[in-house]
Amino acid sequence: MKLEVNGKEVEITSEADTPLLWVLRDELGLAGTKYGCGVAQCGACTVHVEGSAIRSCVTPVAAVADKRIQTIEGQASEQGLSPVQQAWLETDVAQCGYCQSGQIMAATALLTSNPTPNDAEIDGAMAGNICRCGTYPRIRKAVHLAAALMAEEQNT
Amino acid sequence: MSEHLTAAPMSRRRFMQRSGALLFAAQCPLGLSAKALAGGSGAMMNSFVRIDPSNVITMLANNSEFGNGAYTVMSMMLAEELDVDYRSIALEAAPTSPEYYSPLFREYLTAGSVTTGSTFIPMRTAGAKARTMLLEAASRDWDVPMAELTTADATVTHADTGRRATYGELLEVIHRLDIQPPETVALKDPSEFKILGKPARRYEGAGKVDGSAQFGIDIKLPGMLYGAIARPPVYGGSVVDFDATEALAMPGVVKAKAIRAGVVVLADSYWRAQKARAKLKISWDRGANAKVSTEQFYADYRALADTTGMLAEDIGDARGVLDAADEVVEATYEMPLLAHATLEPMNCIAQVEGDTCTIWSGTQYQSNDQEVISRFLGIPQQNVTIHRPLMGGSFGRRSSKTADYTVEAVEAAMGESVPVQIIWSREEDIRSGHYRPLFVHKLRGSVDDSGMPEAWHQVAVGQSLMQGTKHDPTYMVRGIDIYSLDGCLQEPFGVFPYGTSYQIPHHRVESHNAPKSGIVPQEWRSVGHTHTGIAYECFLDELAHKGGIDPMELRLRLTKDHARMNRVLRVLKEKCDWDKPLAPGRGRGVASRIYNISPVAQAVEVTVAENGDFTVDRVVCVVDCGFAVNPLGIEGQVEGGLAYGLGGVAFGNIDIVNGEVQQSNFHDYPVMRLPQMPKVEVHILPSDEPPTGVGEQATTPIAPAVVNALFDATGRRVRRFPLSSQGFNLV
Repeated sequence: MKLEVNGKEVEITSEADTPLLWVLRDELGLAGTKYGCGVAQCGACTVHVEGSAIRSCVTPVAAVADKRIQTIEGQASEQGLSPVQQAWLETDVAQCGYCQSGQIMAATALLTSNPTPNDAEIDGAMAGNICRCGTYPRIRKAVHLAAALMAEEQNT
Repeated sequence: MSEHLTAAPMSRRRFMQRSGALLFAAQCPLGLSAKALAGGSGAMMNSFVRIDPSNVITMLANNSEFGNGAYTVMSMMLAEELDVDYRSIALEAAPTSPEYYSPLFREYLTAGSVTTGSTFIPMRTAGAKARTMLLEAASRDWDVPMAELTTADATVTHADTGRRATYGELLEVIHRLDIQPPETVALKDPSEFKILGKPARRYEGAGKVDGSAQFGIDIKLPGMLYGAIARPPVYGGSVVDFDATEALAMPGVVKAKAIRAGVVVLADSYWRAQKARAKLKISWDRGANAKVSTEQFYADYRALADTTGMLAEDIGDARGVLDAADEVVEATYEMPLLAHATLEPMNCIAQVEGDTCTIWSGTQYQSNDQEVISRFLGIPQQNVTIHRPLMGGSFGRRSSKTADYTVEAVEAAMGESVPVQIIWSREEDIRSGHYRPLFVHKLRGSVDDSGMPEAWHQVAVGQSLMQGTKHDPTYMVRGIDIYSLDGCLQEPFGVFPYGTSYQIPHHRVESHNAPKSGIVPQEWRSVGHTHTGIAYECFLDELAHKGGIDPMELRLRLTKDHARMNRVLRVLKEKCDWDKPLAPGRGRGVASRIYNISPVAQAVEVTVAENGDFTVDRVVCVVDCGFAVNPLGIEGQVEGGLAYGLGGVAFGNIDIVNGEVQQSNFHDYPVMRLPQMPKVEVHILPSDEPPTGVGEQATTPIAPAVVNALFDATGRRVRRFPLSSQGFNLV
């Protein structure tokens, strides 16, 4: 089976029903995407398929063959960190950091569809991503900062 | 516990023993390096600092990083005295040997929110002593007075001659001139601090935004097998027999075998191991806990609470005053079992080779893991090597006294020629049997003519954390676990030099250790305060109401002899607009606690709908943690700490029926989510006192403050938890 992950085509041998999460982590060595619950409850495994945030722990890999998959490892470019990553770093969001790949992927998908979300929209879009360290206030702050950075980027 | 704060002992002789080889190794890095250098090349200046000839400065960190900020504050402390950028320091987990044990715990343990306080002097001393040796080297080599030398960016400079040398370049001089570490060293005055006291971003933050940070679950070793364990339906049960025929026929599956924890399936990927586990046919012996139920715990504990317990404190004549009082307020508070639910589930890699064992494990408690494994395998403790990666949260779970998730990986790896990684599913995590113990507190109290609390009688019932463990001698006083009463006593108790900040004239506190059955009681962020905080602060609120005294005013009066808490409360009262009236349906609550010296108080505002749905709109938190080493880190710990406590009181609950845990994942063990998170205002009081912890402090007052606010808004007093079981749903 072929997948397109972070712009690269890869051949995989996992069984068709293997969740994308474990293909990414165990077969492709992309361990930035995390296992947290296995039942689409915590958001730690969030990746993008065709630009939309999905839970890779409940997505059989066969369902995303031939689709464009983006993981946390594909967020930075040669120019450096993505605006969302930059905002996360600047706001010092992470504590243990385990959920933050998923948080960043969820925030990136949100900002792609809604470049200027208000607090309620952020809460709504990010409610599926659990952070046990309770970095939520900084997540809110960082999403706003990322929105500003993206707007700035577009204006230059 | 600050009286225990001392510089890390590093005798001159030990440095000489080590440094001879080490400094030699610095010049001949391939020679003696492997063992003596604790895994790297360069010269050990002391236990904590290694400098490489290429000027890489490495800190050996003897405190674990699980989101607590240990790596940030420790590197800041070292960098401050060594005059380097804290972000330029390389970091290694220090090996599990006694020289790296916590001076407080005398074990290799990161717990109790003591990292900042207990490393403040040792890490700075390590930096300052290394710097002094570098200065001496430059001074003697260049024949210039030491006083004319300056240090910055890991370089020594002599301004007049323009001579400069990096720290790495000076290693050769240190070796050639046989320069020894100074016996004593002067540390910087806080007025000279360039790093400490300033907001600093997380040391390992960059790897946590690009996915490169490596947690235990992410580690892959050549040939490694993944293990998934089928565990008994009842904690403590065991395997009678199993049939793995179907499991073994599945792709990638290598083996299935019974271990003490259950039946482990080994496969070439975790998913394959998990999938094959579902195909096992196992007959279980449900064991001694087959009849355990949490409802029975509540009933038994309530009955115990009506009897006289072990007496911890009896100031004045609480029973006499209550017997004679016209009115006695009585209440029983009941707190459930709580799971930790770290987002990275427990996991451990183990490799057993001959009489050695190596593990890769996210752990707060290395020396105990080492001890338990060495006992289990019957090998010397020093033959157990521990590699400690970053941890995806801990909240006490990874300080397991039974080393449960560690030793089972060792057992699974026995007889295998390759390393084995055991990963827990979320279901295993929620049902692990290691919980914040269930507690019942019975309270009676009365107020005097002025309305102030006059008599207080409290009986606490719950499973002891420390009884029968190796910590028994330290944390049990006359059979009483001091953690069961944390923050309830007015006088020092055992090794706790502090209790509550309040003074009530007649104060009696008793404790029962509930029978140890059904679960393993385990520390949960802020430990005893998770239940004592609710019982004490809510009942205090009940007495305030009875006496007609404003709860904030009551606490201000009760702390008049506790200067630090009184200051915290005065600032809180002003910052939270305590006297500003709230609209109907809204309420305000306050609570204040001392956890490990740091006084902390919170005021919360809630809005409650007719159907009981409520929001926590605002939390104002004032904390006095002595000198604030990293204000940015403190603010994060306060926000996170109170989020953890809020989720716990709002919906944290584990039920056991016929020995089986009823909850299994985040759908039935809900935790805090973003929409439920209140706006938080953190005020760190300026202080010249030695730094004390904040990791658990903010967890202590939030639960009672919210319960008190709900009472303020609705007139309904909740005494059984979680709130969601009593019609109050946090939304």
